[in-house]
Amino acid sequence: MKISKEEVSYVAKLARLELSVEETEDMAGQLDRILNYVDKLNELDTENVVPTTHAISVNNAFRVDEVKKSLSQEEALRNGPLQNGEAFVVPRVI
Amino acid sequence: MDFYALTIHQLNDLLQKKEVSSVEVTNSVLTRIEQVEDKVGAYITIDREKALVQAAAADKLMGEGGGGALCGIPLALKDLICTKGMRTTCGSKILESFVPPYDATVVEKLKEAGAVIIGKVSMDEFAMGSSNENCAFGVPRNPWNHDYICGGSSGGSAAAVAADECIAAVGSDTGGSIRQPASHCGVVGLKPTYGRISRFGLVAYASSLDQLGPITKDVRDCALMLKVMSGYDPKDSTSVKQEVPDYAGALTEGLRGLKVGIPAEYFEEGLDPEVEKAVRNGIDLMQQAGAEIVDVSLPHTAYGVAAYYIIAPAEASSNLARYDGIRYGFRDMDADDLADLYRKSRSQGFGDEVKRRIMIGTYALSSGYYDAYYKKALQVRTLIVEDFKAAFEKCDVMVSPVTPAPAWRLGEKVDDPLSVYLSDILTISANLAGVPGISVPCGFSGSGLPIGLQMQAAHFEEEKLLRAAFNLEKSLGIVGQRTTAL
Repeated sequence: MKISKEEVSYVAKLARLELSVEETEDMAGQLDRILNYVDKLNELDTENVVPTTHAISVNNAFRVDEVKKSLSQEEALRNGPLQNGEAFVVPRVI
Repeated sequence: MDFYALTIHQLNDLLQKKEVSSVEVTNSVLTRIEQVEDKVGAYITIDREKALVQAAAADKLMGEGGGGALCGIPLALKDLICTKGMRTTCGSKILESFVPPYDATVVEKLKEAGAVIIGKVSMDEFAMGSSNENCAFGVPRNPWNHDYICGGSSGGSAAAVAADECIAAVGSDTGGSIRQPASHCGVVGLKPTYGRISRFGLVAYASSLDQLGPITKDVRDCALMLKVMSGYDPKDSTSVKQEVPDYAGALTEGLRGLKVGIPAEYFEEGLDPEVEKAVRNGIDLMQQAGAEIVDVSLPHTAYGVAAYYIIAPAEASSNLARYDGIRYGFRDMDADDLADLYRKSRSQGFGDEVKRRIMIGTYALSSGYYDAYYKKALQVRTLIVEDFKAAFEKCDVMVSPVTPAPAWRLGEKVDDPLSVYLSDILTISANLAGVPGISVPCGFSGSGLPIGLQMQAAHFEEEKLLRAAFNLEKSLGIVGQRTTAL
């Protein structure tokens, strides 16, 4: 096995996902098959190959730091499932 | 006259001659939707009233002698393109009631050109899928045969165009999501060069691979749409500062002098014989029309799927971290603390395939596995990019199948995610290399399912692609062939 149920639970924790016992088992099986397939990449020697993150050369795009019109507070809050007109409401943190 | 069945360029002519109004065209499309939508299921949201208001405005503008390239033309948008005031779900429960406060740049451009937005069409959740079966709001069916998938992830876009439920549509393509459903539905679909069209307002899946593009009834419409949608946008730093050519102008030239490359690796074992026959027939026709056929090789094709299914999930796991149940989207109201709120909202809001890809991506980026998986995949991506560079030194466009087989039956692969991933083998490399690709209808299987032919070109060579596709379309003479299954 490339990935154990324990590892699946750990990764789910990192990804902020909650998986039931059954989902964890299914996920372990599916991820195992996928990771085994992906192992195919190791057939290739890439020791001196530079990684590509973007196929088109992407440069940092600088711009003048000017204030421009943006969303109003009301517009920015409108999609919040729980908000009080001034801020998003979250469970107590501290 | 059934205006819904016409193309953009046909309607442009009629609208200009005042032989029809945009309100009449829009009503014709809306009536068509009423007649066939229960069989197709392409739409998630339809806004009749707003569409008719936009149509009336287009008519007024044209009456005054104004109007842009798409004035009065009813379009459908894949439901991951932000539309101000119109809900944008991404096919996900987590965004079921999300109403964007702004328009995507591409929507601004389409509206500026006078287009009428009919509504938002179905897709695999967050564009993750190849059959449109991963949608939280029902599964669209192939307009040519309702027992088959329409393809994905832009399945709703392709099905709506094939079923004449819009005149043209916009889709997005991260690993084949425009070209594959276009192929399965018998319509034209173009994934432009990475950076050609602004991604601002496109809900992100894998940002280094995502690209918007048109899905249309013919190649000329594709050229018209691409022209409107393209261009640099300061709001997307990966959009490219490069002039937008008059793509429709490229359609006047024939195929003489065009070098057409045939990548051997795209015709290997496992290719459906009917697909191969239809594509080879297309190649023969291109040769007869004056194209020079040359053999080319993309030696790392077999590694594309493996590299993609590390890179795309890795980017997705990062992009989808924003769905926290706080600022927008679904929220579990019973969570005890912040971590619980994240976990519960995300676990109930995301579907299985999205969870799977977040898990693969998180795993590949996690400590101890980064080099073995993510870095390795990026290095293999470099090899694939180099394959394409070498191939395009020998040819102008490459011709191949879009998919190894025609559409599969609904439900056939739902329990086997890996087999679905493998079906992307012929489209995925274009995204890794950032090159443009188009799917053009080139025939039908024995059971009446459409087959598409793929053409790929070097970066920003969309004109060559459209020119080749247009000539092939003419030689094949199957333009305007419509489904009779509705």
